Amino acid sequence: MESSEAEPSESRPEEDGAAPGSEPQPPDTMEDCLAKKMEITVSEAEKRTGRNAMNMQETYTAYLIETRAVESQNEGQCSPVDSLWRRYSEFELLRNYLLVTYPHIVVPPLPEKRADFVWHKLSADNMDPDFVERRRIGLENFLLRVASHPVLCQDKIFYSFLTQEGGWKEMVNETGFQLKADSRLKALNATFRVKNPDKRFTELKHYSDELQSVISHLLRVRARVADRLYGVYKVHGNYGRVFSEWSAIEKEMGDGLQSAGHHMDVYAASIDDILEEEEHYADQLKEYLFYAEALRAVCRKHELMQYDLEMAAQDLTSKKQQCEELATGTMRTFSLKGMTSKLFGQETPEQREAKIKILEEQIQEGEEQLKSKNLEGRDFVKSAWADIERFKEQKNRDLKEALISYAVMQISMCKKGIQVWTNAKECFSKM
Amino acid sequence: MSGAAPGAPKPLPSSGPKSLREMPHPLATSSSEEMGPALSPSPDLLLPRGIADKDLSLPNGTPVDTSSPASSSSLLNRLQLDDDLDGETRDLFVTVDDPKKHVCTMETYITYRVTTKTTRAEFDLPEYSVRRRYQDFDWLRNKLEESQPTHLIPDLNAYKKQGMALLSKMGESVKYVTGGYKLRSRPLEFAAIGEYLDTFSLKLGTIDRIAQRIIKEQLEYLVELREYGPVYSTWGGLEVELSEPLEGVSACIGNCCTALEELSEDMTEDFLPVLREYILYSESMKNVLKRRDQVQAEYEAKLEAVALKKEDRPKVPTDVEKCQDRVECFNADLKADMERWQNNKRQDFRQLLMGMADKNIQYYEKCLTAWESIIPLLQDKPETK
Repeated sequence: MESSEAEPSESRPEEDGAAPGSEPQPPDTMEDCLAKKMEITVSEAEKRTGRNAMNMQETYTAYLIETRAVESQNEGQCSPVDSLWRRYSEFELLRNYLLVTYPHIVVPPLPEKRADFVWHKLSADNMDPDFVERRRIGLENFLLRVASHPVLCQDKIFYSFLTQEGGWKEMVNETGFQLKADSRLKALNATFRVKNPDKRFTELKHYSDELQSVISHLLRVRARVADRLYGVYKVHGNYGRVFSEWSAIEKEMGDGLQSAGHHMDVYAASIDDILEEEEHYADQLKEYLFYAEALRAVCRKHELMQYDLEMAAQDLTSKKQQCEELATGTMRTFSLKGMTSKLFGQETPEQREAKIKILEEQIQEGEEQLKSKNLEGRDFVKSAWADIERFKEQKNRDLKEALISYAVMQISMCKKGIQVWTNAKECFSKM
Repeated sequence: MSGAAPGAPKPLPSSGPKSLREMPHPLATSSSEEMGPALSPSPDLLLPRGIADKDLSLPNGTPVDTSSPASSSSLLNRLQLDDDLDGETRDLFVTVDDPKKHVCTMETYITYRVTTKTTRAEFDLPEYSVRRRYQDFDWLRNKLEESQPTHLIPDLNAYKKQGMALLSKMGESVKYVTGGYKLRSRPLEFAAIGEYLDTFSLKLGTIDRIAQRIIKEQLEYLVELREYGPVYSTWGGLEVELSEPLEGVSACIGNCCTALEELSEDMTEDFLPVLREYILYSESMKNVLKRRDQVQAEYEAKLEAVALKKEDRPKVPTDVEKCQDRVECFNADLKADMERWQNNKRQDFRQLLMGMADKNIQYYEKCLTAWESIIPLLQDKPETK
């Protein structure tokens, strides 16, 4: 399924809000971007113990968020660093708030909650220092993404998340965002029943499904590849030992064998760093795996709104019909009311008048609602699509960078391999 | 006696059942014969004086000074296998080594270099070097027995009973002469070769297993890579701008797969077979060692049989000497073979291991080329959308 970025026929050059148009424009050149004004880092991670909601002892990791206002280069003075500690669940709360509050935005994802796609040497333990370290980097990345987003960076709750340690949770809950959240069931229902969603969103939904599937597959296989490569390198370490033992019984060959064995040991040890570096590449892929989910959330919102609209229109139509039937006394479509009245006697003209009056009021209301829903829907499509365009640009840039850095890693690995074997060859030549 | 030219080894008269006085010294031939105090009889047995002043030289032409005869009692002391010999300060040292083959028209035999170092006054010089063959040793023993019936003349077989201690002092090659030792005390030299070959083939076996394991791991890595590459291609099908870069990565991984396949194939077809050949080669050398042991055992058995038959003494049975010569030839050949084997082994392994390193270098170079070539592709900015 091709992505439909080639035909943004519905998006207009002038956009609402600060969203950029369809020309590629990195968001962090926007003047009002928080990332421009503030340095944000997640600099440390610390193990903590505390009591949870059920008063049971728990262990968790807290992350230190440091912020500093960016001074212009000329001034040369450093403003003080503010810092506060947040745990993963607070990040989750922030993100959920953003999802509900900005449903038309592709909200940046958090790093994975649990270690997934691990190859055997990596730990699947959340408390494992390597996992914690990579999560720390992922959380920092999340904050930077939000701070660079033209819309999200202006959010007050986000700003307080970075700057206000106490009382932030209460502040978020006071927004009542949980109430605004769409139920999953409602969303699922809408997905199945919507009749005329915008085609671009349908295509985008398919794209994000397939993107999710292909990146998962890629990450799974990459983990297996890493496992196997590890095995190949480590077995070579055995050469080191046996060459050493062999050199003990040789006279002229001894030195060459011994030093060649040393190079085999170096070779075997080199894989650890190589694979650790590759984890960074895997993390970059994972971010986009999770981004696919965010894309899908926007599509779902559209489907929900569209379904809502369709339902409202349908309701209006049926009310209008009822009105007409009552007024003209004809029954064009079957209705239970009509049947019962036929069976159990007609209404009085006064009763009928009253009904018609009510319906006309409802129709009036319905038409107004429909109009506003329509407007809402169109606005949503416009702003969502703008953000989607921005996201596509970002994705293409980021993934290209990731692929380049992956290729660079492979080149480095090949060069190391050539070096080691050339050294070993020289030792063999002196045998 | 022969009138051979100086420098050539002479056929020696065999010592027979004559009185010592009548019997000429085995070396009492012409002027070019070697002579040495090691074989001089006791003072009451006199050598023909004439010899003493003659020009003597070793078979290879090196002149050797003659001297007055040494006291045989001191020699006897030297040969006596007392246990407390270890603690004594010695003033006479004899070594027997350097067996050399002599081929003449009539016969082929082996001589040994007998080197004597001494501080004793009876000797004119501090050092002597002469060549003697098996017959001569036998002659000496007979002489000593006849002249010193009360002394215990060591049986040439006796060394077996006394263990290795004296033998090691007498030098390696004495063992060839004295014989009579069980093969549990085979020459250190050959024992060392045997041990070397054992360890060597053990190490080669380990290397074989490691190489096989590496190939196995590489093939399993290859299986995963073959699934990995195409996923990038599938992804490329989903994308527009990223389509080419992703296809490029997919193709690159494909190239690495091919390179890896070639490496594993090379290792299987070129490396492993040579390694295994050498393991077999070591086995065959060990068999040669076993054969050598056998030949030596045969000789020793014959010798023992002869020693038991007292009436054959002092005649030296020629077939015993032939057997002993056979041992010597075998040993000499074996040593030469071993040296050649070691040289070949060194060259072969240098080549083999350099080849292995080469193949790995080539593999990485192929992969490097593949990845370097897609960097420009990845960095490409799209012209239009």
